[in-house]
Amino acid sequence: MAKFNIMQDKLSNAQIAWRAAQDIEDGSYVNLGIGFPEMIAKFQPEGRDVTYHTENGVLGFGQAPKEGEEDWDLINAGKKPITLKPGAAFFHHADSFAMVRGGHLDLAVLGAYQVAQNGDLANWRVGTKGVPAVGGAMDLVHGAKRVAVVTDHVTKDGGPKLVERCTFPLTGVGCVTQVYTSLAVIDIKGGRFVLREKVPGLSMDALQAVTGATLHIEGDVADLIVPEDLA
Amino acid sequence: MDKKLPTVAEAVANIPDGATVMIGGFGGSGAPIELIHALIDRFRATGSPAAITVINNNAGNGYCGIAAMIKAGMVRKMICSFPRSSNAEAFNEKYLAGEIELDLVPQGTLAERIRAAGAGIPAFYTPTSFGTELAEGKPTEEFDGKMYVRERWLKADYALIKGQDGDRTGNLTYRMAGRNFNPLMAMAAAKTIAQVSVLGEPGSIDPQAVITPGIFVDAIVEVAEPQQEEVLVRKGVVY
Repeated sequence: MAKFNIMQDKLSNAQIAWRAAQDIEDGSYVNLGIGFPEMIAKFQPEGRDVTYHTENGVLGFGQAPKEGEEDWDLINAGKKPITLKPGAAFFHHADSFAMVRGGHLDLAVLGAYQVAQNGDLANWRVGTKGVPAVGGAMDLVHGAKRVAVVTDHVTKDGGPKLVERCTFPLTGVGCVTQVYTSLAVIDIKGGRFVLREKVPGLSMDALQAVTGATLHIEGDVADLIVPEDLA
Repeated sequence: MDKKLPTVAEAVANIPDGATVMIGGFGGSGAPIELIHALIDRFRATGSPAAITVINNNAGNGYCGIAAMIKAGMVRKMICSFPRSSNAEAFNEKYLAGEIELDLVPQGTLAERIRAAGAGIPAFYTPTSFGTELAEGKPTEEFDGKMYVRERWLKADYALIKGQDGDRTGNLTYRMAGRNFNPLMAMAAAKTIAQVSVLGEPGSIDPQAVITPGIFVDAIVEVAEPQQEEVLVRKGVVY
């Protein structure tokens, strides 16, 4: 078997999204962050009834409408047009964020620039240049029963995104409970990264070398296996 | 009580220089475009109202609505959560040139600060932003083992909002996700001006369907076929 090449053999975003989707429970209320996390809805396993929440006041939305059938009063937090599923509901912004902070969501999934071993998340800005914009990111990290992150395991330069301490501006403190990366599935527990799954063929040492904090092992580490041909 | 006004121009005629104005909507959804444009018309004709502070989730898109207000030079400050859009040139130019102030507020905190103002609650604690740069200088407190940030209410002199059905007493319904910040802002401003697609007599709205009761609305004007910001942006309309 050829040596595992991290930049070539890591999971694609679609594969990371697929893996995260497998853990969405039947009957759950879920908020998927704008961008990459939105892709998870596409891979929701059949037979599971999941209700999606969007910050601008909709529960129970479905796929995007066909082109030409958009209604611009019916959009998601990314300002993209959506459709409604039977049982959908509208509500104002204060109720919407009460659902978030009040502990009513089962799962929120976000992207990340950095995640620290204590669960700190940095995902809203990388420096002090340009125009800052936070949106609902700082709210979404609080209250959901699980706050998961989907991310590449490393930066474009190969540097770690999973770190001891975030160096970018924080979105929230100690808020992330689980990380799905292009190389591994990791729980955050008691201020430590606990490795649950890693891609087959990647050695423990090689994974640790591209992770900025110690990976702890409790029990078995399973193989992170995903379908090859995901669109 | 009859709160009906005949035109959008009359509805916005008394907003003074330096006013703080909440504007409903999330992007283009629920945005009162005609009221905003009436305010711009007045500024172009009279130079007033100038130096407005605008409270909205965003900071405009393209060259109409709030973006056109900013471009016209009548906005001194934006209080918003996400001053980014498919085309945020109007805001970005002024911001990077130091010609407009920005007060960035997390979206849920923005909504709750507005709600609190409308409900007579001067401050509250939220977990949002604790430990981040947006909480710097704000009081914090521990409740049941978790840290929270104290946030103040956010009031305004005026609110410009958009409803679907209205009646002369100011009762309002909203169209789909166009509800967003509109009912909160209606409660938080000293004077609330609503545009609605259908303006009827008292009794024309089923009381069970009313979302904003008329007590929160001071003036109401019918705009039968309101423009949609997203459509204007895609057409490249410059107001």
